[in-house]
Amino acid sequence: MNQRIGLDKEKIEMKPLGDSALVIQLGTEINTAVHKKVRALTILSEKHSFTGFIECVPAFASVTVFYNPLIVKRTYDTENNSSPFQLVRFMMEEIMKQLVEEKEEKPRIVEIPVCYGGEYGPDLPFVAEENNLSVEEVIEIHSSGEYLVYMIGFAPGFPYLGGLSEKIAAPRRSSPRVSIPVGSVGIAGNQTGVYPISTPGGWQLIGRTPAALFHPKHNPPSLLASGDVVKFVPITVEEYEHYQETTR
Amino acid sequence: MSIKVIRPGLLASIQDLGRYGYQKYGVIVSGAMDSFSLRMANLLVGNQEGEAAIEVTMMGTSLQFEEDSLIAITGGNLGPVIEGASVPLWRPVFIKKGSILQFTACQSGCRAYVAAAGGFEIPEVMNSKSTYLRGGIGGFDGRALQAGDVLPIQHKTREASRLFHYLKKELGERSFQSVDWYVPAGHLLNAGERIVRVIKGAEFERFSSSSKASFFDQSFQITHQSDRMGYRLSGPKLQLEQSFELLSEAVAEGTIQVPQAGNPIVLLADRQTTGGYPRIAQIASVDLPVVAQLKPGAKLRFTEISLEEAEQLYLKREEDIEAVKTGLSLKEWSL
Repeated sequence: MNQRIGLDKEKIEMKPLGDSALVIQLGTEINTAVHKKVRALTILSEKHSFTGFIECVPAFASVTVFYNPLIVKRTYDTENNSSPFQLVRFMMEEIMKQLVEEKEEKPRIVEIPVCYGGEYGPDLPFVAEENNLSVEEVIEIHSSGEYLVYMIGFAPGFPYLGGLSEKIAAPRRSSPRVSIPVGSVGIAGNQTGVYPISTPGGWQLIGRTPAALFHPKHNPPSLLASGDVVKFVPITVEEYEHYQETTR
Repeated sequence: MSIKVIRPGLLASIQDLGRYGYQKYGVIVSGAMDSFSLRMANLLVGNQEGEAAIEVTMMGTSLQFEEDSLIAITGGNLGPVIEGASVPLWRPVFIKKGSILQFTACQSGCRAYVAAAGGFEIPEVMNSKSTYLRGGIGGFDGRALQAGDVLPIQHKTREASRLFHYLKKELGERSFQSVDWYVPAGHLLNAGERIVRVIKGAEFERFSSSSKASFFDQSFQITHQSDRMGYRLSGPKLQLEQSFELLSEAVAEGTIQVPQAGNPIVLLADRQTTGGYPRIAQIASVDLPVVAQLKPGAKLRFTEISLEEAEQLYLKREEDIEAVKTGLSLKEWSL
């Protein structure tokens, strides 16, 4: 895992997101190579954060750095001739130089127990039929995959996962459900995901996890983070209920 | 020391300057919609500027003071009265035990902030007392205030105590007593058709030339589908020159994004952390409080400024706030 992450400087664009944030664009598509850069830069920016740094938000192909312009200006503008954006851009360029030397961190593997089918996964038969597979085969394929967490967004703790097998892709429901229960595991197109909160949605629900993906009082509050690898582990209804009782 | 909610009104919640540091976990920032007014309310009663206060929306809220209290009301003028007498804004006010403060009518703006000297004793969740209503996170039990809620108040600073005792002596038979000075800041938030300063967004150039022109030439109206998460605007429909796939990435307070239907949405305090719609513009930080005080039906226009200008305005505003801080400490010293 000592692979170096090469960064082609020409391709890197830094642009403002208003007067208090800066976006570093590391690519234009969703793939693991771009993701590795996003992850490495996120880790580095947090490790070498500057005075006035508030936080950074990794996404599919970019990292956004939020900062306090006043603190940045007062701390770093000794010559009184640079704007906060210029100062942050300069500091991020310095951080990016180290990116070439940064070791690739081993991803964290997070197992998520899922009770497939039945009342927890009412659309499992549909997904099977759609792909000319048996219900068991869909479970086998879904739970043998490794899913990369590209980013967390949309809702607290909601992971954007990559790596769903095309063999079990399925279209969204024609009419969305008014409410998808917390912990639902679903498929929409060639994406799979887990709902940390109850929300309306058109995903095909194939199962449910008793694990809490988001807990405001935990630190960190989200079970998953950008860069993690998720594995779904099938459990029975009894195990699901037992899990719920013991973690409540 | 505590404040009891008699009636919550349209919407009242506990907010501070927001929950930063957790956006990478998808945690919504929240916080005061008009952060300028929140900071001022706190400074006026000797608090740290980021202390939590009550954000009152539109009207109908009434609060009872269970002890003698020192408070400040800032933001929009929502017609605050005690026993029929108007309570002045933008200054510290002593309130006698048992008094009921009512917000009677939206006279200007739509959000008021009530800060109490000492701040509210509310547990922090992820380093913030702000309420994220949709997610049930933070604030008072993760929800909007309800009738019967009792909000405990922490000990006030020595400066605030001095002011408290000074005003208490002046009280006489009245139920509240204020000072004769105030922070002249209300004009920043006045209503009417507002000119809101923006810098071009990352996808501005991807919009059609007529959309780019009408974005600045024509006015937009804030629709009723507007809340703490964002304002949906109606006006000229904005279209892309050519549709394209955009990858989700971070958005910020004041990001103006345009979904396919062409009606822009201004993202505000309870926005999602990331978004995938084209961003036509970004509101300058100094104008966010102005926008936050506009209510549904209000009109606004956008005017372009450069990033450098937005930064200068930001720095100038912070200097103004520092001047207010200095001024306030001198006032308190002279008591």
